[in-house]
Amino acid sequence: MFKGMKYLRKNDAIMLGFAIVLFAVLQGLVTGRVLSSFWQLNVLIIGINIIMAVSLNLINGYTGQFSLGHAGFMAVGAYVGVVLTTNFHAPFVVALLAGGAAAAFLGVLIGIPTLRLSGDYLAIATLGLGEIIRIVIMNIEYVGGAAGFKGIPHLTNLAWVFWVTVIALFFIKNFVNAQPGRACLAIRENEIAAESMGVNTTKYKVMAFAIGAGFAGIAGGLFAHCFYLISPASFTFMASFNYLIMVVMGGMGSITGSIAGAFVVTFLSAALASWPEFRMIIYALALIFLMFYRPQGLFGYMEITNMGPFRKIFGRPQAQKLKGGKADE
Amino acid sequence: MELGQQFLQQMVNGISLGSIYALIALGYTMIYGIIKLINFAHGDIYMVGAYIGFFAITQAGLGIVPALLVSLVTTGLLGMLVEKLAYKPLRHAPRLSVLITAIGVSFFLEYTSMYFVSPTPRTFPQVMDNVAVNIGGLVINGQQMLILGITFVLMVILTYIVKFTNTGKAMRAASFDVETAQLMGINSDRIISITFCIGSALAAVAGVLVGIYYNSIDPLMGIMPGLKAFVAAVLGGIGILPGAVVGGIILGVVEALVSGFISSTFRDAAAFAILILVLLVRPTGIFGKNTKEKV
Amino acid sequence: MSKQQEKRPLLEARDVSEVFGGLKAVSDFNFHINKGELVGLIGPNGAGKTTVFNLFTGVYQPTTGEIRLDGRSLTGKRPYQITQMGIARTFQNIRLFSELTVLDNVKIAFHNHVKYNVLEAVLRVGRYYAEEERIEAQSLRLLDIFHLKDKAGELAKNLPYGAQRRLEIARALAAGPKLLLLDEPAAGMNPQETQELMEMIRWIRKEFGLTVLLIEHDMSLVMGICERIYVLEYGMVIASGTPEEVQKDPEVIRAYLGGE
Repeated sequence: MFKGMKYLRKNDAIMLGFAIVLFAVLQGLVTGRVLSSFWQLNVLIIGINIIMAVSLNLINGYTGQFSLGHAGFMAVGAYVGVVLTTNFHAPFVVALLAGGAAAAFLGVLIGIPTLRLSGDYLAIATLGLGEIIRIVIMNIEYVGGAAGFKGIPHLTNLAWVFWVTVIALFFIKNFVNAQPGRACLAIRENEIAAESMGVNTTKYKVMAFAIGAGFAGIAGGLFAHCFYLISPASFTFMASFNYLIMVVMGGMGSITGSIAGAFVVTFLSAALASWPEFRMIIYALALIFLMFYRPQGLFGYMEITNMGPFRKIFGRPQAQKLKGGKADE
Repeated sequence: MELGQQFLQQMVNGISLGSIYALIALGYTMIYGIIKLINFAHGDIYMVGAYIGFFAITQAGLGIVPALLVSLVTTGLLGMLVEKLAYKPLRHAPRLSVLITAIGVSFFLEYTSMYFVSPTPRTFPQVMDNVAVNIGGLVINGQQMLILGITFVLMVILTYIVKFTNTGKAMRAASFDVETAQLMGINSDRIISITFCIGSALAAVAGVLVGIYYNSIDPLMGIMPGLKAFVAAVLGGIGILPGAVVGGIILGVVEALVSGFISSTFRDAAAFAILILVLLVRPTGIFGKNTKEKV
Repeated sequence: MSKQQEKRPLLEARDVSEVFGGLKAVSDFNFHINKGELVGLIGPNGAGKTTVFNLFTGVYQPTTGEIRLDGRSLTGKRPYQITQMGIARTFQNIRLFSELTVLDNVKIAFHNHVKYNVLEAVLRVGRYYAEEERIEAQSLRLLDIFHLKDKAGELAKNLPYGAQRRLEIARALAAGPKLLLLDEPAAGMNPQETQELMEMIRWIRKEFGLTVLLIEHDMSLVMGICERIYVLEYGMVIASGTPEEVQKDPEVIRAYLGGE
């Protein structure tokens, strides 16, 4: 029998080291003005999209509940955030947390009744709820209605996005690698069996939904403070589809996959900004061909930490064989 | 009295709009009945139908009825083609994979159309004179009469096909249980193909009618009506044809009343609120039966 | 059955019936199992055996009647609550978490015995590491008992059929039940595997101090291992008693061999 779970701490340390180096490089690129302001913005968007994709993956990939309303939660976080910073001059961190909390609360509220539904019914119900959220915001004069909310302070920068993304990844990775996360995986695999093993399926579905929504809210706060103006039009179900594409492309049930998906999709969107039709046609074909030839997405259930050469660095001593479809970065 | 009249007027508007939802919802419900797929691309098929009708009238100079027929046939074939290329290879794949594929197909239709016909909305030509019937202050215009008339005719034809032809019987058998139907010698691939054809043809008619009704079409026009028609199908009980019609009309009326008496911005929210309410209170819809999952 | 002379049964069903859309799947079902007993539930296909399991585990709610575990009513309880109260089960049509590893399948079943909360888990502080180690060790021990330890890292779907059935039992045990319900545990196994499985069931019953109720199709097998047997036909108990009594019962002979 192998000794201890120390390798987990070691993995976290390696990852933190990697994050610091990556941050230094990115910050250098920004400070040294190597990146144009267009690409600087897109670096921020990549980070925000990673949070969106990973949090959606917790719901869709790990818990197996097909949500199509993620942009709605993002909108809640964004609007709560901008109201707090612009109208009440709250510190940014407070605004982000409050936005996340509001979105998570709404996630619980919406989740309890709707998560009884399954599969495609849940998909369409969450899509509808996301739209309802947006339409309600559109009708609130206080936040500018359909015209949008103006005068947002530009608070989001690389450091904020980067470290919030790291925290989100750490949080969600740890969640899926502990008992609550295993309960979610069990629900995805077989709901009846999960319930029979003592898992309160409603509770864990709602929990996954609330955590996913909460991070979407935080991402919304980061997103909103990149701009002077936000409007409900940024949070239509087309945006939700966009996050879905990231998750499906990367692999439903892989954090590495969601990061890769967010990166690829954001990069493609930026590079093809002048040809929006082509971008969407490429997404469409990518989705269709993925479902034909690799329905599990690029990474499936795999994580970079248990692939090829990386397994040597991150693997568990004497028990590498035990690593199956788990996330441990 | 003023209020009463306004209410009746909104009912007329709602039933016209609802007939269009009903035509789209029929396709949804037939397809869901047989292959258990929310065909997200169905709304886009309707959009393509509208464009084909548009070009048939403006470029080929056809009248309204020939244009409808051209659109109906072409779009029906397009529906079959989509099924053959995109869904048939996934017949035994998990339902979620097919659903994601349907989202992909939807994007594909929207944005290839956008590439070819440009994103700017087109003004649908005026195909009929501005006639209107006034019954004691209640106005029913020509477009509304056209919509109601054509919807009625199509319902009669569809009922005949489903009830009395062999193909229709096979469709009903297949929607009950595809595998058993297959064992009974029904060629399920053919039936699925025909279902897509009929469903798409109905959506095409709805597309042309909407063009005539609202005078404007654009490549993304199918998204919302598509979703709402799905709501209508769920409301009536998915897989049940009369359910789709009743659901469509109820939805149209509710929307007309909401935009008439509350605010048109809440129109879309009303449809989704209905959906969620139905799913929570009676997920099998108005005409659906309850079933228990076997463990 | 002379219930009076026995102590309170571990599980008891009184006048339970279950109606599906006018069809009586189970009717007037009376049943009890005492602590430590190994009882069999047999009957022809469609007799309602699995429905009884689904009633015991809260998957279905009885239309009439009441089921009690340790004197506490199970009415209105959801399956996970009943598992917490001490009933675990396997499924006739195997329901493993097929895309997860064998080890994770078992770990999940420790769900109600994990002593860290969500916050400790996501921050990896407090009891997280110690508890994870304990769960892993206990899971591996269970896998060892069922000869699955060397397969701990494989995906459950890749196991051979017999091993999947054993994994289902290991997983059910991990839930820490007082009463274990086995739904055709030997289905699809060859005679030798079946024999081994029966030995295993006998052994775990002693080792874990369990009470076991099992559904089986194969009469000879049930006769060999069970202390008491209930025979179901058309949702009704047509006979019950020791294997010898049941074997001689004319109703049972009729049900199994067809009318005379």
